[in-house]
Amino acid sequence: MSIDTRIVDDLVANDIRFVTTVPCKQLAGVIAEIDARDEIYHIPSNKEDEGMGLCAGAFMGGKRPAIIMQNTAIGVTINALATLIQYYRMPLPMIISYRGELREPIACQVEMAVHTKALLAQLHIPTYHFHHQSDVEELDLILKHCFMSSKPVAVLTDANFWGGY
Amino acid sequence: MIRYEVLQNIAPLLRDHLVVCNIGIPSQELHAIDDQPSNFYMLGTMGLASSIGLGLALSQPKTVIAIDGDGSVLTNLGTLPTIANNPAGNFILLIVDNGSYGSTGDQPTYTGKKTSLAKMAEAAGCDRVVECQAEDTGTVLQAAIEAGEMTIIVCKCQSGNVKMPVITMDPVVIRDRFMAAVQA
Ligand SMILES: [Mg+2]
Repeated sequence: MSIDTRIVDDLVANDIRFVTTVPCKQLAGVIAEIDARDEIYHIPSNKEDEGMGLCAGAFMGGKRPAIIMQNTAIGVTINALATLIQYYRMPLPMIISYRGELREPIACQVEMAVHTKALLAQLHIPTYHFHHQSDVEELDLILKHCFMSSKPVAVLTDANFWGGY
Repeated sequence: MIRYEVLQNIAPLLRDHLVVCNIGIPSQELHAIDDQPSNFYMLGTMGLASSIGLGLALSQPKTVIAIDGDGSVLTNLGTLPTIANNPAGNFILLIVDNGSYGSTGDQPTYTGKKTSLAKMAEAAGCDRVVECQAEDTGTVLQAAIEAGEMTIIVCKCQSGNVKMPVITMDPVVIRDRFMAAVQA
């Protein structure tokens, strides 16, 4: 089974039915897999804070949401995380492409990578870093933890996890 | 006619539907005019009322009316293509366009100058866009509710606010009673 299928299987098994995405090269396979699944309403967003608004609405409408985005989006979404998702206490799994880590070819990506964990820690967001492919085995538990605690939760997936760049 | 008067006029229409109301004075005014559990008041996060409303409309069958402002739509313009390409027959976006950032002291926005939000919505691909004068908002909104077709309403009104108390309700209470109204 491909890693993309495995990830989307876990989303579906955890009743996630509404997924918004902003693309990243590393996430192309996951996004294609989400788009192909009948169980999931896939709604691409133009910016990640917009996507968090969509997810908040879907959650209040009774559907479990998730957002797929790049770590650079942390810079765009701090306000939406603090004043919408956290303030109204909503669950939101964030599957994040962690650019700028080992095997990254583009130097500029490192500039946000060095801030990513610090910003997530500052926001008190439970954060998991997938570096080896076997780390995906924790995804199911992470998703359950997210909905149990009604918090945004970050899963950082780096280039090594995706099998190189 | 200013936003407060528009909200007063349409309050009897709003109370039977799910309403997502924009941050700041719009939410304070609606809360003072006719507080309902079916109102979701945004206490922060400028710009996301239309996105929350769309996500909600796509996830359950009840009619959703998102009350947004010109300044807030301008800050989240990407919402228009997303709305256009994910049509929800139960979604109405009511943009109260007073040509100003009302909650921050009525600084002018570009919609009071050369920019038309109705034309931008059309260009984004929204099929049913209605621009109206403030006085006609109730009639246009009623028609949109009955149409069962996704509608963007741009209500042109004057700038100005009515001083209302800040909403002190806990956000989790707002969200919890709103979700109960969604399920009801
Ligand atoms: Mg305005």
